[in-house]
Amino acid sequence: MTAAAPSLVQEFRHGLAAPICLTWELTYACNLSCVHCLSSSGRRDPRELSTQECKRVIDELERMQVFYVNIGGGEPTVRADFWELLDYATAHHVGVKFSTNGVKITPEIAARLAASDYVDVQISLDGATAEVNDAVRGPGSYATALRAMQHLADAGFAGFKISVVMTRHNVDQLDAFRAIADRFGAQLRITRLRPSGRGADVWDELHPTAAQQRQLYDWLVARGESVLTGDSFFHLAGFGEGLPGLNMCGAGRVVCLIDPVGDVYACPFAIHDAFLAGNVRAPGGFARVWRSSELFTSLRTEQSGGACASCSAYDACQGGCMAAKFFTGLPLDGPDPECVRGFGEQALAASAGEVPRPSGDHSHRGRRPVPVRIGPRPAAGARPAAGARPAAGAPDGAGTAGRAGVPDRACDQSPLAGFRPDLPPVPR
Amino acid sequence: MSTSAARAWQETAFDLDAGWQLHPQVSVRPERFGALLYHFGTRRLSFLKTRALLTVVSSLSSQPSARAACQAAGLAESDLPAYSRALATLAAGRMICPRKD
Amino acid sequence: MPESATELLDPPAAEELAAAEELAAAEELAAAEVATLPAADVLADDLLVEEISIDGMCGVY
Repeated sequence: MTAAAPSLVQEFRHGLAAPICLTWELTYACNLSCVHCLSSSGRRDPRELSTQECKRVIDELERMQVFYVNIGGGEPTVRADFWELLDYATAHHVGVKFSTNGVKITPEIAARLAASDYVDVQISLDGATAEVNDAVRGPGSYATALRAMQHLADAGFAGFKISVVMTRHNVDQLDAFRAIADRFGAQLRITRLRPSGRGADVWDELHPTAAQQRQLYDWLVARGESVLTGDSFFHLAGFGEGLPGLNMCGAGRVVCLIDPVGDVYACPFAIHDAFLAGNVRAPGGFARVWRSSELFTSLRTEQSGGACASCSAYDACQGGCMAAKFFTGLPLDGPDPECVRGFGEQALAASAGEVPRPSGDHSHRGRRPVPVRIGPRPAAGARPAAGARPAAGAPDGAGTAGRAGVPDRACDQSPLAGFRPDLPPVPR
Repeated sequence: MSTSAARAWQETAFDLDAGWQLHPQVSVRPERFGALLYHFGTRRLSFLKTRALLTVVSSLSSQPSARAACQAAGLAESDLPAYSRALATLAAGRMICPRKD
Repeated sequence: MPESATELLDPPAAEELAAAEELAAAEELAAAEVATLPAADVLADDLLVEEISIDGMCGVY
Protein backbone atom coordinates (compact mmCIF):
# COMPACT_ATOMS: atom_id res chain seq x y z
CA MET A 1 0.00 0.00 0.00
CA THR A 2 2.91 2.37 0.52
CA ALA A 3 3.52 2.97 -3.18
CA ALA A 4 -0.12 3.76 -3.95
CA ALA A 5 -1.02 5.67 -0.78
CA PRO A 6 0.85 8.93 -1.48
CA SER A 7 -1.13 9.59 -4.64
CA LEU A 8 -4.43 8.89 -2.86
CA VAL A 9 -3.52 11.20 -0.02
CA GLN A 10 -2.31 13.75 -2.55
CA GLU A 11 -5.74 13.82 -4.18
CA PHE A 12 -7.47 14.08 -0.85
CA ARG A 13 -5.23 16.90 0.30
CA HIS A 14 -6.55 18.95 -2.57
CA GLY A 15 -10.09 18.47 -1.35
CA LEU A 16 -13.14 16.56 -2.48
CA ALA A 17 -16.51 17.41 -4.01
CA ALA A 18 -18.07 16.85 -0.60
CA PRO A 19 -16.81 15.67 2.77
CA ILE A 20 -16.57 11.91 3.09
CA CYS A 21 -17.93 12.24 6.57
CA LEU A 22 -18.30 15.10 8.95
CA THR A 23 -18.89 15.86 12.60
CA TRP A 24 -22.11 17.59 13.47
CA GLU A 25 -22.42 18.94 16.98
CA LEU A 26 -26.16 19.20 17.50
CA THR A 27 -26.10 21.07 20.78
CA TYR A 28 -23.72 22.63 23.27
CA ALA A 29 -25.99 21.44 26.05
CA CYS A 30 -24.66 18.58 28.14
CA ASN A 31 -25.46 16.91 31.42
CA LEU A 32 -21.73 16.45 32.08
CA SER A 33 -18.73 18.77 32.39
CA CYS A 34 -15.79 16.67 31.26
CA VAL A 35 -12.56 18.47 32.07
CA HIS A 36 -11.16 18.08 28.55
CA CYS A 37 -14.28 18.81 26.50
CA LEU A 38 -13.17 19.82 23.03
CA SER A 39 -16.29 21.92 22.49
CA SER A 40 -16.41 23.52 25.96
CA SER A 41 -19.97 22.26 26.23
CA GLY A 42 -22.47 22.48 29.06
CA ARG A 43 -25.00 25.20 28.35
CA ARG A 44 -27.27 25.27 25.34
CA ASP A 45 -26.72 28.14 22.93
CA PRO A 46 -30.01 30.00 22.31
CA ARG A 47 -29.15 30.33 18.61
CA GLU A 48 -29.14 26.57 18.01
CA LEU A 49 -30.39 25.38 14.65
CA SER A 50 -34.09 24.59 14.77
CA THR A 51 -35.51 21.19 13.85
CA GLN A 52 -36.44 22.51 10.42
CA GLU A 53 -33.02 24.03 9.88
CA CYS A 54 -31.40 20.71 10.85
CA LYS A 55 -33.56 18.91 8.32
CA ARG A 56 -32.49 21.36 5.62
CA VAL A 57 -28.88 20.61 6.46
CA ILE A 58 -29.59 16.89 6.16
CA ASP A 59 -31.21 17.55 2.77
CA GLU A 60 -28.00 19.26 1.68
CA LEU A 61 -25.87 16.43 2.93
CA GLU A 62 -28.03 14.02 0.98
CA ARG A 63 -27.68 16.06 -2.22
CA MET A 64 -23.94 16.28 -1.75
CA GLN A 65 -23.79 12.57 -1.02
CA VAL A 66 -22.07 12.92 2.31
CA PHE A 67 -21.99 9.24 3.21
CA TYR A 68 -21.81 9.48 6.93
CA VAL A 69 -22.24 11.93 9.80
CA ASN A 70 -20.84 11.72 13.30
CA ILE A 71 -23.37 13.44 15.52
CA GLY A 72 -22.13 14.77 18.82
CA GLY A 73 -22.24 17.85 20.97
CA GLY A 74 -22.46 18.44 23.99
CA GLU A 75 -24.74 15.51 24.58
CA PRO A 76 -26.84 15.21 21.41
CA THR A 77 -29.58 13.07 22.97
CA VAL A 78 -30.69 15.91 25.23
CA ARG A 79 -32.30 17.57 22.24
CA ALA A 80 -35.99 16.65 22.20
CA ASP A 81 -35.89 16.27 18.41
CA PHE A 82 -32.82 14.03 18.41
CA TRP A 83 -34.67 10.82 17.47
CA GLU A 84 -36.69 12.60 14.82
CA LEU A 85 -33.50 13.94 13.24
CA LEU A 86 -31.84 10.54 13.44
CA ASP A 87 -34.72 8.96 11.54
CA TYR A 88 -34.75 11.80 9.03
CA ALA A 89 -31.06 11.39 8.29
CA THR A 90 -31.20 7.65 7.75
CA ALA A 91 -34.31 8.03 5.60
CA HIS A 92 -32.35 10.46 3.45
CA HIS A 93 -29.30 8.32 2.74
CA VAL A 94 -27.04 9.79 5.35
CA GLY A 95 -25.47 7.18 7.63
CA VAL A 96 -25.25 8.23 11.27
CA LYS A 97 -23.01 7.42 14.15
CA PHE A 98 -23.78 9.41 17.27
CA SER A 99 -21.48 9.94 20.19
CA THR A 100 -23.05 9.90 23.65
CA ASN A 101 -22.21 9.62 27.33
CA GLY A 102 -25.04 7.10 27.55
CA VAL A 103 -27.41 9.10 29.72
CA LYS A 104 -30.45 8.38 27.56
CA ILE A 105 -29.66 4.87 26.35
CA THR A 106 -32.49 3.07 28.12
CA PRO A 107 -33.37 -0.54 27.28
CA GLU A 108 -36.20 0.75 25.08
CA ILE A 109 -33.94 3.16 23.21
CA ALA A 110 -31.31 0.46 22.87
CA ALA A 111 -33.86 -1.88 21.33
CA ARG A 112 -34.96 0.80 18.91
CA LEU A 113 -31.35 1.49 17.92
CA ALA A 114 -30.57 -2.19 17.46
CA ALA A 115 -33.49 -2.40 15.06
CA SER A 116 -32.49 0.54 12.86
CA ASP A 117 -30.20 0.20 9.90
CA TYR A 118 -27.48 2.75 9.24
CA VAL A 119 -27.22 3.97 12.83
CA ASP A 120 -24.12 3.37 14.88
CA VAL A 121 -23.59 4.37 18.49
CA GLN A 122 -20.42 5.45 20.24
CA ILE A 123 -20.23 5.54 24.02
CA SER A 124 -17.58 7.82 25.52
CA LEU A 125 -15.39 6.36 28.24
CA ASP A 126 -12.06 7.70 29.48
CA GLY A 127 -11.15 5.18 32.14
CA ALA A 128 -11.42 1.42 32.43
CA THR A 129 -12.24 1.97 36.08
CA ALA A 130 -14.62 4.44 37.69
CA GLU A 131 -11.69 6.01 39.53
CA VAL A 132 -9.84 6.97 36.36
CA ASN A 133 -12.93 7.73 34.29
CA ASP A 134 -14.85 9.84 36.76
CA ALA A 135 -11.80 11.99 37.51
CA VAL A 136 -12.17 13.32 33.97
CA ARG A 137 -15.87 12.93 33.23
CA GLY A 138 -17.49 13.44 36.62
CA PRO A 139 -18.96 11.28 39.39
CA GLY A 140 -21.34 8.60 38.16
CA SER A 141 -20.34 8.92 34.50
CA TYR A 142 -18.62 5.55 34.45
CA ALA A 143 -21.73 3.86 35.80
CA THR A 144 -23.89 5.66 33.25
CA ALA A 145 -21.67 4.57 30.39
CA LEU A 146 -21.51 0.95 31.42
CA ARG A 147 -25.23 0.81 31.98
CA ALA A 148 -25.76 2.09 28.43
CA MET A 149 -23.34 -0.52 27.11
CA GLN A 150 -25.21 -3.25 28.95
CA HIS A 151 -28.51 -2.09 27.47
CA LEU A 152 -27.06 -2.06 23.95
CA ALA A 153 -25.57 -5.51 24.39
CA ASP A 154 -28.81 -6.86 25.84
CA ALA A 155 -30.71 -5.43 22.88
CA GLY A 156 -28.43 -7.29 20.49
CA PHE A 157 -26.63 -4.22 19.16
CA ALA A 158 -23.35 -5.79 18.16
CA GLY A 159 -20.35 -3.70 17.28
CA PHE A 160 -21.24 -0.38 18.87
CA LYS A 161 -18.20 1.74 19.60
CA ILE A 162 -16.54 2.60 22.87
CA SER A 163 -14.51 5.75 22.37
CA VAL A 164 -11.62 6.60 24.65
CA VAL A 165 -9.54 9.76 24.72
CA MET A 166 -6.01 8.72 25.61
CA THR A 167 -4.59 10.50 28.63
CA ARG A 168 -1.65 10.14 30.96
CA HIS A 169 -3.88 8.24 33.36
CA ASN A 170 -5.40 5.64 31.06
CA VAL A 171 -2.54 4.61 28.78
CA ASP A 172 -1.86 1.68 31.10
CA GLN A 173 -5.49 0.59 30.76
CA LEU A 174 -5.44 -0.24 27.05
CA ASP A 175 -5.84 -3.96 27.61
CA ALA A 176 -8.57 -3.31 30.16
CA PHE A 177 -10.45 -1.14 27.65
CA ARG A 178 -10.24 -3.90 25.15
CA ALA A 179 -11.64 -6.32 27.71
CA ILE A 180 -14.60 -4.02 28.31
CA ALA A 181 -15.25 -3.85 24.58
CA ASP A 182 -15.08 -7.63 24.33
CA ARG A 183 -17.42 -8.02 27.27
CA PHE A 184 -20.18 -6.03 25.55
CA GLY A 185 -19.53 -7.14 21.99
CA ALA A 186 -18.36 -3.63 21.15
CA GLN A 187 -15.46 -2.24 19.17
CA LEU A 188 -12.81 -0.19 20.89
CA ARG A 189 -11.89 3.19 19.53
CA ILE A 190 -9.09 5.30 20.98
CA THR A 191 -8.37 8.90 19.99
CA ARG A 192 -5.91 11.62 20.68
CA LEU A 193 -6.41 14.29 23.32
CA ARG A 194 -6.05 17.73 21.78
CA PRO A 195 -5.59 21.01 23.66
CA SER A 196 -8.96 22.17 22.32
CA GLY A 197 -11.86 23.68 24.21
CA ARG A 198 -11.46 22.92 27.90
CA GLY A 199 -8.67 20.57 26.86
CA ALA A 200 -6.39 23.60 26.81
CA ASP A 201 -6.74 23.93 30.60
CA VAL A 202 -5.77 20.35 31.35
CA TRP A 203 -3.41 19.65 28.50
CA ASP A 204 -0.23 19.89 30.52
CA GLU A 205 -1.41 17.41 33.14
CA LEU A 206 -3.35 15.06 30.91
CA HIS A 207 -1.55 14.59 27.63
CA PRO A 208 0.49 11.39 27.42
CA THR A 209 4.19 11.70 28.15
CA ALA A 210 6.71 11.05 25.41
CA ALA A 211 7.34 7.57 26.80
CA GLN A 212 3.62 6.89 26.91
CA GLN A 213 3.25 7.93 23.28
CA ARG A 214 5.76 5.27 22.40
CA GLN A 215 3.91 2.77 24.58
CA LEU A 216 0.66 3.65 22.84
CA TYR A 217 2.19 3.37 19.39
CA ASP A 218 3.75 0.01 20.19
CA TRP A 219 0.44 -1.26 21.53
CA LEU A 220 -1.40 -0.18 18.40
CA VAL A 221 1.16 -1.83 16.16
CA ALA A 222 1.18 -5.06 18.15
CA ARG A 223 -2.39 -5.37 19.31
CA GLY A 224 -4.47 -2.78 17.55
CA GLU A 225 -5.78 -4.59 14.49
CA SER A 226 -9.43 -4.27 15.38
CA VAL A 227 -9.06 -1.01 17.28
CA LEU A 228 -10.25 2.15 15.57
CA THR A 229 -8.31 5.35 15.96
CA GLY A 230 -10.10 7.81 13.72
CA ASP A 231 -6.65 8.30 12.21
CA SER A 232 -5.97 10.64 15.11
CA PHE A 233 -2.51 9.28 15.81
CA PHE A 234 -1.03 10.06 12.43
CA HIS A 235 1.52 12.26 14.21
CA LEU A 236 3.01 9.04 15.58
CA ALA A 237 3.96 7.96 12.08
CA GLY A 238 7.26 9.63 12.84
CA PHE A 239 8.12 6.58 14.97
CA GLY A 240 8.33 4.42 11.89
CA GLU A 241 5.44 2.85 10.11
CA GLY A 242 2.23 4.75 9.79
CA LEU A 243 -0.81 3.25 11.45
CA PRO A 244 -3.77 2.17 9.30
CA GLY A 245 -5.67 5.16 7.98
CA LEU A 246 -5.06 8.03 5.63
CA ASN A 247 -2.29 9.39 7.87
CA MET A 248 -3.15 12.96 7.06
CA CYS A 249 -5.05 15.91 8.47
CA GLY A 250 -8.56 15.76 7.09
CA ALA A 251 -9.63 19.24 8.16
CA GLY A 252 -11.38 21.09 5.38
CA ARG A 253 -10.34 18.42 2.93
CA VAL A 254 -12.28 15.26 3.67
CA VAL A 255 -14.00 16.25 6.91
CA CYS A 256 -15.26 19.30 8.75
CA LEU A 257 -17.51 20.33 11.64
CA ILE A 258 -20.98 21.83 11.69
CA ASP A 259 -21.58 23.30 15.13
CA PRO A 260 -24.89 23.78 16.98
CA VAL A 261 -25.42 27.30 15.65
CA GLY A 262 -24.57 26.32 12.09
CA ASP A 263 -20.98 27.51 12.06
CA VAL A 264 -18.74 25.42 9.86
CA TYR A 265 -15.23 24.81 11.14
CA ALA A 266 -12.38 22.89 9.56
CA CYS A 267 -12.45 20.32 12.34
CA PRO A 268 -14.16 19.74 15.72
CA PHE A 269 -10.81 20.25 17.45
CA ALA A 270 -10.45 23.68 15.91
CA ILE A 271 -13.45 25.61 17.19
CA HIS A 272 -11.95 29.06 16.80
CA ASP A 273 -12.52 32.01 14.47
CA ALA A 274 -9.23 31.21 12.74
CA PHE A 275 -10.77 27.98 11.48
CA LEU A 276 -14.29 29.24 10.86
CA ALA A 277 -15.21 28.77 7.22
CA GLY A 278 -18.77 30.09 7.23
CA ASN A 279 -22.29 29.35 8.42
CA VAL A 280 -24.97 27.06 7.01
CA ARG A 281 -27.60 29.78 7.42
CA ALA A 282 -25.83 31.99 4.86
CA PRO A 283 -26.93 31.97 1.21
CA GLY A 284 -25.66 28.85 -0.50
CA GLY A 285 -25.82 26.91 2.72
CA PHE A 286 -23.31 24.26 3.68
CA ALA A 287 -22.51 23.36 0.09
CA ARG A 288 -21.17 26.80 -0.70
CA VAL A 289 -19.06 26.87 2.45
CA TRP A 290 -17.56 23.47 1.65
CA ARG A 291 -16.86 24.25 -1.98
CA SER A 292 -15.75 27.84 -1.96
CA SER A 293 -14.95 29.23 1.47
CA GLU A 294 -11.65 31.04 1.68
CA LEU A 295 -10.47 28.96 4.60
CA PHE A 296 -11.11 25.59 2.98
CA THR A 297 -9.67 26.74 -0.32
CA SER A 298 -6.47 27.74 1.44
CA LEU A 299 -6.30 24.46 3.38
CA ARG A 300 -6.57 22.59 0.09
CA THR A 301 -3.69 24.47 -1.46
CA GLU A 302 -0.36 22.71 -1.47
CA GLN A 303 1.44 23.70 1.71
CA SER A 304 5.15 23.51 2.21
CA GLY A 305 6.44 21.72 5.27
CA GLY A 306 7.85 24.95 6.62
CA ALA A 307 10.21 24.30 9.50
CA CYS A 308 9.45 20.57 9.32
CA ALA A 309 10.31 20.10 5.67
CA SER A 310 13.90 19.09 6.30
CA CYS A 311 13.00 16.40 8.85
CA SER A 312 13.15 12.84 7.56
CA ALA A 313 9.91 12.01 9.38
CA TYR A 314 7.92 14.75 7.63
CA ASP A 315 6.63 12.57 4.82
CA ALA A 316 5.12 10.26 7.42
CA CYS A 317 3.81 12.68 10.02
CA GLN A 318 2.94 15.64 7.77
CA GLY A 319 3.84 18.00 10.60
CA GLY A 320 1.10 16.64 12.84
CA CYS A 321 -2.14 18.20 14.02
CA MET A 322 -3.09 21.74 13.10
CA ALA A 323 -5.37 22.15 16.13
CA ALA A 324 -2.75 20.83 18.56
CA LYS A 325 -0.26 23.36 17.25
CA PHE A 326 -2.70 26.23 17.23
CA PHE A 327 -3.99 25.81 20.76
CA THR A 328 -0.52 25.41 22.24
CA GLY A 329 0.53 28.61 20.54
CA LEU A 330 2.88 26.95 18.06
CA PRO A 331 3.16 28.05 14.42
CA LEU A 332 1.22 25.91 11.97
CA ASP A 333 4.24 25.43 9.74
CA GLY A 334 6.33 23.93 12.53
CA PRO A 335 6.31 20.81 14.69
CA ASP A 336 3.37 19.32 16.52
CA PRO A 337 3.59 19.86 20.32
CA GLU A 338 3.88 16.09 20.67
CA CYS A 339 6.35 15.62 17.84
CA VAL A 340 7.87 12.20 18.41
CA ARG A 341 11.32 13.60 17.77
CA GLY A 342 10.94 16.11 20.59
CA PHE A 343 10.97 19.14 18.30
CA GLY A 344 7.59 20.22 19.60
CA GLU A 345 8.77 20.29 23.21
CA GLN A 346 11.73 22.39 22.16
CA ALA A 347 9.47 24.78 20.29
CA LEU A 348 7.15 25.11 23.30
CA ALA A 349 10.05 25.81 25.62
CA ALA A 350 11.23 28.55 23.30
CA SER A 351 7.80 30.08 22.71
CA ALA A 352 6.38 33.07 24.52
CA GLY A 353 3.64 30.98 26.16
CA GLU A 354 0.77 33.01 24.69
CA VAL A 355 -1.99 30.75 23.49
CA PRO A 356 -5.24 31.52 21.66
CA ARG A 357 -8.45 31.16 23.64
CA PRO A 358 -11.38 29.23 22.19
CA SER A 359 -13.82 31.59 20.49
CA GLY A 360 -16.73 30.52 22.66
CA ASP A 361 -17.31 28.86 25.97
CA HIS A 362 -20.56 27.07 26.73
CA SER A 363 -19.27 25.54 29.94
CA HIS A 364 -21.63 25.27 32.86
CA ARG A 365 -21.16 28.15 35.26
CA GLY A 366 -21.05 27.67 38.99
CA ARG A 367 -20.25 24.01 38.45
CA ARG A 368 -16.55 23.50 38.04
CA PRO A 369 -15.35 20.62 35.95
CA VAL A 370 -14.07 17.84 38.20
CA PRO A 371 -10.39 18.53 38.82
CA VAL A 372 -7.87 15.89 37.94
CA ARG A 373 -6.24 14.54 41.08
CA ILE A 374 -4.63 11.33 39.92
CA GLY A 375 -1.01 11.18 38.94
CA PRO A 376 2.24 13.03 39.59
CA ARG A 377 2.71 16.75 39.21
CA PRO A 378 4.05 17.90 35.84
CA ALA A 379 7.82 17.61 35.61
CA ALA A 380 9.87 20.60 36.67
CA GLY A 381 10.51 22.88 33.73
CA ALA A 382 7.18 22.10 32.05
CA ARG A 383 5.58 25.00 30.29
CA PRO A 384 3.05 26.81 32.53
CA ALA A 385 -0.59 26.05 31.75
CA ALA A 386 -2.35 28.57 29.54
CA GLY A 387 -3.01 31.36 31.98
CA ALA A 388 -4.89 33.78 29.80
CA ARG A 389 -8.08 31.76 29.68
CA PRO A 390 -10.47 32.13 32.60
CA ALA A 391 -11.36 28.91 34.40
CA ALA A 392 -14.74 27.46 33.53
CA GLY A 393 -17.25 28.44 36.16
CA ALA A 394 -15.90 31.94 36.72
CA PRO A 395 -18.37 34.77 36.10
CA ASP A 396 -16.41 35.94 33.11
CA GLY A 397 -19.14 36.89 30.66
CA ALA A 398 -17.95 34.15 28.33
CA GLY A 399 -20.36 32.24 26.13
CA THR A 400 -22.12 34.49 23.73
CA ALA A 401 -20.23 37.56 24.87
CA GLY A 402 -18.62 39.15 21.87
CA ARG A 403 -21.46 38.20 19.51
CA ALA A 404 -22.98 41.63 19.17
CA GLY A 405 -26.42 42.20 20.62
CA VAL A 406 -27.38 38.61 21.46
CA PRO A 407 -28.69 38.18 24.96
CA ASP A 408 -27.52 35.06 26.70
CA ARG A 409 -30.56 33.26 28.00
CA ALA A 410 -28.81 29.92 28.47
CA CYS A 411 -29.80 28.36 31.72
CA ASP A 412 -27.51 26.48 34.08
CA GLN A 413 -30.28 24.29 35.41
CA SER A 414 -31.64 22.63 32.32
CA PRO A 415 -30.08 22.38 28.91
CA LEU A 416 -33.53 22.64 27.35
CA ALA A 417 -34.92 25.57 29.32
CA GLY A 418 -36.39 28.12 26.94
CA PHE A 419 -35.66 26.02 23.87
CA ARG A 420 -38.17 26.93 21.17
CA PRO A 421 -37.28 25.28 17.86
CA ASP A 422 -40.44 26.80 16.34
CA LEU A 423 -39.09 30.33 16.71
CA PRO A 424 -36.97 31.88 13.95
CA PRO A 425 -33.26 32.00 14.70
CA VAL A 426 -31.88 35.00 16.56
CA PRO A 427 -29.90 37.07 14.03
CA ARG A 428 -26.19 37.52 14.71
CA MET B 1 4.81 -15.80 -5.49
CA SER B 2 5.74 -13.97 -8.67
CA THR B 3 4.13 -10.76 -9.80
CA SER B 4 3.02 -12.26 -13.09
CA ALA B 5 1.52 -15.29 -11.35
CA ALA B 6 -0.42 -13.07 -8.99
CA ARG B 7 -1.72 -10.96 -11.85
CA ALA B 8 -2.65 -13.98 -13.93
CA TRP B 9 -4.66 -15.34 -11.03
CA GLN B 10 -6.62 -12.17 -10.52
CA GLU B 11 -7.31 -11.66 -14.21
CA THR B 12 -8.87 -15.08 -14.56
CA ALA B 13 -10.75 -14.65 -11.27
CA PHE B 14 -13.06 -11.99 -12.69
CA ASP B 15 -15.55 -12.93 -15.40
CA LEU B 16 -15.44 -10.03 -17.85
CA ASP B 17 -18.03 -11.67 -20.03
CA ALA B 18 -20.71 -11.95 -17.40
CA GLY B 19 -23.32 -9.31 -16.63
CA TRP B 20 -22.61 -7.23 -13.54
CA GLN B 21 -24.30 -4.49 -11.59
CA LEU B 22 -23.66 -2.11 -8.74
CA HIS B 23 -24.86 -3.41 -5.40
CA PRO B 24 -28.12 -1.57 -4.57
CA GLN B 25 -26.70 -0.34 -1.26
CA VAL B 26 -23.74 1.35 -2.92
CA SER B 27 -23.59 5.10 -3.38
CA VAL B 28 -21.36 6.38 -6.18
CA ARG B 29 -19.96 9.86 -5.92
CA PRO B 30 -17.99 11.26 -8.85
CA GLU B 31 -14.83 13.14 -7.95
CA ARG B 32 -12.32 15.17 -9.89
CA PHE B 33 -9.97 12.23 -10.15
CA GLY B 34 -12.40 9.33 -10.34
CA ALA B 35 -15.01 8.46 -7.78
CA LEU B 36 -15.82 7.35 -4.28
CA LEU B 37 -18.00 4.33 -3.65
CA TYR B 38 -19.62 3.74 -0.27
CA HIS B 39 -21.51 0.58 0.65
CA PHE B 40 -24.11 1.42 3.28
CA GLY B 41 -24.40 -2.19 4.38
CA THR B 42 -20.76 -3.13 4.78
CA ARG B 43 -19.57 0.45 5.49
CA ARG B 44 -16.73 -0.07 3.05
CA LEU B 45 -15.36 2.89 1.19
CA SER B 46 -13.57 2.44 -2.13
CA PHE B 47 -11.74 4.97 -4.19
CA LEU B 48 -11.81 4.61 -7.99
CA LYS B 49 -8.73 6.27 -9.37
CA THR B 50 -9.81 7.04 -12.92
CA ARG B 51 -12.90 8.54 -14.54
CA ALA B 52 -12.84 5.66 -17.02
CA LEU B 53 -13.33 3.20 -14.18
CA LEU B 54 -16.22 5.32 -12.94
CA THR B 55 -17.77 5.13 -16.41
CA VAL B 56 -17.34 1.37 -16.50
CA VAL B 57 -18.82 0.83 -13.05
CA SER B 58 -21.75 3.18 -13.68
CA SER B 59 -22.63 1.47 -16.95
CA LEU B 60 -22.33 -2.14 -15.84
CA SER B 61 -26.04 -2.75 -15.41
CA SER B 62 -26.87 -1.36 -18.84
CA GLN B 63 -24.20 -3.29 -20.71
CA PRO B 64 -24.41 -6.99 -21.60
CA SER B 65 -21.04 -7.69 -19.99
CA ALA B 66 -18.23 -6.04 -18.09
CA ARG B 67 -16.08 -6.37 -21.19
CA ALA B 68 -18.68 -4.46 -23.20
CA ALA B 69 -18.78 -1.78 -20.51
CA CYS B 70 -15.01 -1.40 -20.74
CA GLN B 71 -15.10 -1.16 -24.50
CA ALA B 72 -17.93 1.36 -24.40
CA ALA B 73 -15.83 3.42 -21.99
CA GLY B 74 -13.15 3.63 -24.65
CA LEU B 75 -10.63 1.28 -23.06
CA ALA B 76 -8.09 -0.55 -25.18
CA GLU B 77 -7.40 -4.31 -24.98
CA SER B 78 -4.18 -3.56 -23.18
CA ASP B 79 -6.12 -1.76 -20.44
CA LEU B 80 -8.33 -4.74 -19.71
CA PRO B 81 -6.03 -6.63 -17.34
CA ALA B 82 -5.74 -3.68 -14.97
CA TYR B 83 -9.46 -2.91 -15.16
CA SER B 84 -10.30 -6.55 -14.69
CA ARG B 85 -8.25 -6.58 -11.51
CA ALA B 86 -10.03 -3.44 -10.35
CA LEU B 87 -13.43 -5.00 -10.97
CA ALA B 88 -12.34 -8.14 -9.16
CA THR B 89 -11.45 -6.04 -6.12
CA LEU B 90 -14.85 -4.35 -6.22
CA ALA B 91 -16.58 -7.72 -6.55
CA ALA B 92 -14.61 -9.10 -3.60
CA GLY B 93 -15.80 -6.13 -1.55
CA ARG B 94 -19.40 -6.68 -2.71
CA MET B 95 -19.50 -3.26 -4.33
CA ILE B 96 -20.54 -4.91 -7.58
CA CYS B 97 -22.33 -8.21 -7.93
CA PRO B 98 -23.26 -10.57 -10.73
CA ARG B 99 -26.46 -9.83 -12.57
CA LYS B 100 -29.00 -12.60 -12.44
CA ASP B 101 -30.40 -12.25 -15.96
CA MET C 1 19.84 -35.60 5.96
CA PRO C 2 19.13 -36.19 2.22
CA GLU C 3 18.15 -33.21 0.07
CA SER C 4 15.06 -35.00 -1.13
CA ALA C 5 13.29 -38.24 -0.39
CA THR C 6 13.77 -39.31 -4.01
CA GLU C 7 17.43 -40.09 -3.36
CA LEU C 8 16.44 -43.05 -1.20
CA LEU C 9 14.03 -44.79 -3.56
CA ASP C 10 14.41 -46.78 -6.80
CA PRO C 11 13.57 -44.90 -10.01
CA PRO C 12 9.80 -45.58 -10.64
CA ALA C 13 8.75 -44.68 -7.08
CA ALA C 14 11.13 -41.74 -7.15
CA GLU C 15 9.39 -40.37 -10.26
CA GLU C 16 6.00 -40.74 -8.64
CA LEU C 17 7.20 -39.07 -5.50
CA ALA C 18 8.82 -36.26 -7.44
CA ALA C 19 5.58 -35.75 -9.36
CA ALA C 20 3.62 -35.77 -6.11
CA GLU C 21 6.00 -33.24 -4.55
CA GLU C 22 5.65 -31.03 -7.59
CA LEU C 23 1.87 -31.14 -7.38
CA ALA C 24 1.97 -30.36 -3.66
CA ALA C 25 4.22 -27.40 -4.31
CA ALA C 26 1.89 -26.06 -7.00
CA GLU C 27 -1.14 -26.49 -4.72
CA GLU C 28 0.71 -24.72 -1.96
CA LEU C 29 1.54 -21.88 -4.30
CA ALA C 30 -2.07 -21.61 -5.44
CA ALA C 31 -3.25 -21.65 -1.84
CA ALA C 32 -0.73 -18.97 -0.95
CA GLU C 33 -1.95 -16.84 -3.81
CA VAL C 34 -5.58 -17.20 -2.73
CA ALA C 35 -4.74 -16.44 0.87
CA THR C 36 -2.61 -13.37 0.23
CA LEU C 37 -4.03 -11.77 -2.90
CA PRO C 38 -4.23 -8.99 -3.66
CA ALA C 39 -0.82 -8.07 -2.31
CA ALA C 40 -1.10 -4.35 -2.70
CA ASP C 41 2.59 -3.66 -2.95
CA VAL C 42 2.94 -6.26 -5.69
CA LEU C 43 0.20 -4.64 -7.79
CA ALA C 44 0.69 -1.06 -6.62
CA ASP C 45 1.91 0.28 -9.92
CA ASP C 46 -1.47 -0.15 -11.59
CA LEU C 47 -3.91 -0.27 -8.68
CA LEU C 48 -7.07 1.40 -9.86
CA VAL C 49 -9.15 0.74 -6.77
CA GLU C 50 -8.13 1.50 -3.23
CA GLU C 51 -10.06 0.80 -0.09
CA ILE C 52 -10.04 3.20 2.80
CA SER C 53 -11.73 3.03 6.14
CA ILE C 54 -14.72 5.26 6.77
CA ASP C 55 -13.49 5.26 10.38
CA GLY C 56 -9.96 6.21 9.39
CA MET C 57 -10.19 9.95 8.84
CA CYS C 58 -8.77 12.49 11.22
CA GLY C 59 -11.12 15.25 12.24
CA VAL C 60 -14.25 13.41 13.25
CA TYR C 61 -15.44 12.21 16.63
